Amino acid sequence: MAQEAIIWPMPSTATAPDPSTPAASRRRSRKTARPVYRVEVGLKPGLLDPAGAEARSDLAEVGLKTTDVRVLRVFYLRGHLAPSDVETAAREVLADPVQEVFAVREDIDIKPARKNERVRLVTVHRKSGVTNPEAESARTALQGIGLAVDDVQSARTYIIYTRASKADVLEAARKTLGNDVIEDVVAGRVRSYAFPRPVRRRIKRRTVNIRKLKGKALVKLSFQMGLSLTKLEMETIRDHYVMLEREPTDVELETIAQTWSEHCKHKTLAGAVAIEDEAGTRKYKNLLKETVFAATKKLNKPWCWSVFKDNAGVIDFDGKDGVCMKVETHNHPSAIEPYGGAGTGIGGVIRDILGTGKGAKPVANTDIFCFGPPDMTHDEVPKGCMHPRRLMKGVVAGVRDYGNRMGIPTVNGAILFDRGYVGNPVVYAGCVGTIPKRDVNKRARPGDYVVAFGGKTGRDGIHGATFPSAELHAESETVSSGAVQIGDPITEKKVLDVLLQARDMRLFTAVTDCGAGGFSSAVGEMGEETGADVDLAGAPLKYEGLDAFEIWISEAQERMVAAIPPKAWQRFKRLCDAEDVEAFVLGKFTNDKRLKVRHGKTLVADLDMRFLHHGLPKITREATFERGGTREPKKKAKKRFDTDVVALLSMPQIGSKEWVIRQYDHEVQAGAVVRPLTGPNHGPADAAVIAPKLGSARGIVLSNGINPAYGEIDPYHMAMAAIDEAMRNAVAVGADPNRVAVLDNFTWGNCNRPSTLGAIVRACEGCHDGAMLFKTPFISGKDSLNNEFRTEDGELISVPPTLLISAIGVIANVRKTCTSDLKKAGNPIYVIGETHDELGGSHWYRLRGKVGQNVPVVRKTAPKTMKAVSALVRKGWVRAAHDPSEGGLAVALAEMAFASDLGLTLDISRIKATTKDPATRLFSESASRFVLEVDKTRAKDVDAALKKAGVPFARAGRVTKEPMLVVQYKTRVKGKTVTSDVIRSKTAKLREAWQTALQMDGGA
Amino acid sequence: MATATRTRKATIRIVVLRAPGTNCDEETGYAFERQGAQIQHLHVNALLKKPTVLGRAHGLILPGGFSYGDDLGAGTVLGTTLRHKLRDSVLKMVDRGGIVLGICNGFQILVKTGLLPGFGEEQSVALASNVQNRYEDRWVTLRADATNVFFKEGDIIRCPIAHAEGRFLVADNGVKKQLESNGQIALRYVTVDGESPAPYPFNPNGSTDDIAGITDPTGRILGLMPHPERNQFPWQDTRFHAGTAPRTPEGLLPFKNAMSHLKKTFG
Repeated sequence: MAQEAIIWPMPSTATAPDPSTPAASRRRSRKTARPVYRVEVGLKPGLLDPAGAEARSDLAEVGLKTTDVRVLRVFYLRGHLAPSDVETAAREVLADPVQEVFAVREDIDIKPARKNERVRLVTVHRKSGVTNPEAESARTALQGIGLAVDDVQSARTYIIYTRASKADVLEAARKTLGNDVIEDVVAGRVRSYAFPRPVRRRIKRRTVNIRKLKGKALVKLSFQMGLSLTKLEMETIRDHYVMLEREPTDVELETIAQTWSEHCKHKTLAGAVAIEDEAGTRKYKNLLKETVFAATKKLNKPWCWSVFKDNAGVIDFDGKDGVCMKVETHNHPSAIEPYGGAGTGIGGVIRDILGTGKGAKPVANTDIFCFGPPDMTHDEVPKGCMHPRRLMKGVVAGVRDYGNRMGIPTVNGAILFDRGYVGNPVVYAGCVGTIPKRDVNKRARPGDYVVAFGGKTGRDGIHGATFPSAELHAESETVSSGAVQIGDPITEKKVLDVLLQARDMRLFTAVTDCGAGGFSSAVGEMGEETGADVDLAGAPLKYEGLDAFEIWISEAQERMVAAIPPKAWQRFKRLCDAEDVEAFVLGKFTNDKRLKVRHGKTLVADLDMRFLHHGLPKITREATFERGGTREPKKKAKKRFDTDVVALLSMPQIGSKEWVIRQYDHEVQAGAVVRPLTGPNHGPADAAVIAPKLGSARGIVLSNGINPAYGEIDPYHMAMAAIDEAMRNAVAVGADPNRVAVLDNFTWGNCNRPSTLGAIVRACEGCHDGAMLFKTPFISGKDSLNNEFRTEDGELISVPPTLLISAIGVIANVRKTCTSDLKKAGNPIYVIGETHDELGGSHWYRLRGKVGQNVPVVRKTAPKTMKAVSALVRKGWVRAAHDPSEGGLAVALAEMAFASDLGLTLDISRIKATTKDPATRLFSESASRFVLEVDKTRAKDVDAALKKAGVPFARAGRVTKEPMLVVQYKTRVKGKTVTSDVIRSKTAKLREAWQTALQMDGGA
Repeated sequence: MATATRTRKATIRIVVLRAPGTNCDEETGYAFERQGAQIQHLHVNALLKKPTVLGRAHGLILPGGFSYGDDLGAGTVLGTTLRHKLRDSVLKMVDRGGIVLGICNGFQILVKTGLLPGFGEEQSVALASNVQNRYEDRWVTLRADATNVFFKEGDIIRCPIAHAEGRFLVADNGVKKQLESNGQIALRYVTVDGESPAPYPFNPNGSTDDIAGITDPTGRILGLMPHPERNQFPWQDTRFHAGTAPRTPEGLLPFKNAMSHLKKTFG
């Protein structure tokens, strides 16, 4: 594939027009035959090359041994430039005079290889049409200093010193240095670049004959056009056009497919379901409405300003401003191109926030990922899947480069590992914003202009909305590459800058983002109540030759659509011009409830909004449910658990994510209060706290709960436990549980299978009951279904049922927050809540290869516990708080100790528990528990408060000066109390295990 | 906040320059605003249209971010623009006693313009990719090794760094010697106990001689990689929850000192 796409004519400058070329095409070729100059830039010999070192370590991961790797940056400049111009370009812009040398048209001298070694060159560049911010930046900068540069392409040439063969080097490079989906990876230098020629296209109205098609033929048509519509849906469309007595146009069919896609309409979760399980049969007309939404409706919180109707849910922050949050999934694009997929995932959810109400200001990002185990061998990874480490590196880099450049702090997240994610990584990207109360509601009015602004439109991501509905398979990498895109965060930052100014100038009546389905979804949704008439001919394009339907459904990034009254348009246009943002009038909102799409004079679609939004046929899906898991394993009598604790802390899932966290800017906007790593030794924080308004101590708390291992046993209890976990994380840092809202994100397998659908029904029921129990409303949600991968051998790998609960709360005063690291020797340690024999799905079982049955159950007393602990933290009586979750109490105690320079001694026999077994007490992941370090002078007050609240608790230990974790167990033998150590370990040893659990560097 | 107006002294005007991709403009402007300065947020396009704005200003801030995406090397695009079009106006402002503060990306830009270290238009120092070739966000401890309008020699402050290209390099040893003898090495990374040398992670990027920030020979143009504006409220200090953070946030120091200099000069 990659080979065929490469067109690299030699020599480096284009030759004069061939006299044998016919006159007609000569004119065209003269226009495009501007010379191309190559500039090579490399570090001065002897200077450290960090990019080369990283490439070397990446190559080593796939087994390629090298002694050195250095990187050249290569630029191809097209334009009528004098030799001195190219020299200027290189000296002033492309190369850094202190660190680098450059060569124009020639090759930079390369250090010769040592004996028994060869110099292998590999060049990587983006395929044409794929966004390349580096090249785009170079073009802008060179034009800025007055050079006549028309186009720029950039590449990287890796100089690899190795004994390996050319073929082996190329193969290793393809696996690590570039991705065939978006890049060409070729051996040697590439001395010229053939810029693509513009192709002009005449837009015609094209109809598709559908009225006479039946059954299989309809399904075939849906497949051929990439519509991802079912037989029933195709029949409904056919019947509609039979009634209209005409054939649909291609643009109409594409628009319907986008609007009816799983991504846009959530037809499974918002559909009818009949479920049969051990509790009998139940029917839902609309699953989400009757479970998740119903809880929010019943709770009817006055501080919920906007729920489930906009891009993001909005809650009250300080009376004047609201806080909104949205979490998106971007699993499928990330599976194929992790860097671009994750980057555009975060870019997309940021636009959701920008497009909430009349525009919100993003103040924080969150990211939760699930991958296959990082220690899998390359042979274990099925063909067509990327190695989990490579996926993770790409995903993290994508989120980093987008989030950091946008100037939005990434403050909270989680990373999980399981074999079920090998074919389908999970990428959840969340964004939080603030919005003035007056801007929460929006409505486009007839007569308003439909204005598109931001990035240009290209062929990027065509069928992004319909593609996630399809199962991935070994060839997905090649067939779906059109659905992949690369983001350009600076374009989106410019959009952010003008959007917030325009909002405050009151220029919008409505604004929304271009996400899945592009213009078709954005305009279709905004104009649902009015109607819209748009003309695509004026849309700024990245390149010529786009068909009307391509412009209409393209998912090119960084675009927004606004409704702007005609009288405000000029002011908006001036604002955009001043900040180099493209804006154009796409059309008008009407009052005929029709969606008319034109390209110049050609009417390419004329759809009834009612059919478009309400014509989707409703079906009742069958669901079944059976509890999973295995029989509870027998407990072996064991006396010491030191090695168990070390083993747990060394699990990548529990271990430190510092390698990831530090790559994200979590401080920008100067709002950070509780960061992801806390204490003098950088232990794990429970939740993030930010103070988003400069100078104000009012804060936002963000946390999450996720545990797919429980879902494999019972998704109902997984949902309850996830809400409990998110809630206790928030409470541990000082949130008021009465002011916490939650969001749901489902990543599931194919829900056409009744058992898979049954699992999601149970999870929805758990969400409802959990929300009602804690009186915490859901404000937004999203689902991604069909996360399955079929290997070459036909084996189906489905993701575990993965429900993410994100919690967002408001904190009145961030000074009254708390972190998890121990603070002062002598302070008592409290264990709050009750521990049960609930090791089912626990990490301790997992260490031993077991699953079990007794999944943690959230009990009715949970809200009482949350309330009591929150009050203690906010009173300032608690110096450190942490929640036992993955790995149970033992891991929580270890983390609190090694995050600080202190130690901890605790008597495990004193804690409140319904089991005597010390192992269960140490490692059970029972819900609604906390470990607190209490200010010594307040211990009596804390005892009284907890007794009064009726919360089970035990003063079970104390903070010690010596940095040791000591856990003891007391038994009565023949009337005598015998004390024995169950854990005795230096905290430094525990810390080291935790910090080295996830090693992403090295290999070389 | 309105002390300047209340005492009817001359207003100190500070321009916060913004380009596509700048993202620390608000909090950095706010740190000065709290000291009584009047802040003018200005897009680079607007300043290029009307460079005379600098003639009325007493200070210029180049905040952190990723100007124009930084895809060509941090600060390259905006630095090239400023060198070609605004260098003289900026130097005039500094000659009058005005100040320039470049933080993170702002430092990278100042280096690209030659305004730092101020040894002529030719670039003589660089901020290269971190040794670990990765963006990194962490708190660092800094020691002021020279006295200028922003710091007094011996000051210790803690604040975060967050960058991918912050490894300070000099073109040659002559440049380094000149920086030292002129007292232009404003800030060094030190260990948490204030000691030198500072191994990783105290020196978070492999900077030559642990250099975190430099000034021009006048001491009125400062560029630094760390972000003092991210330690301007008590709760931002990583020691806050342990109760060991100083009462006045240490990050405010350069803003306070610069303001008292400007008030003295122009007040």
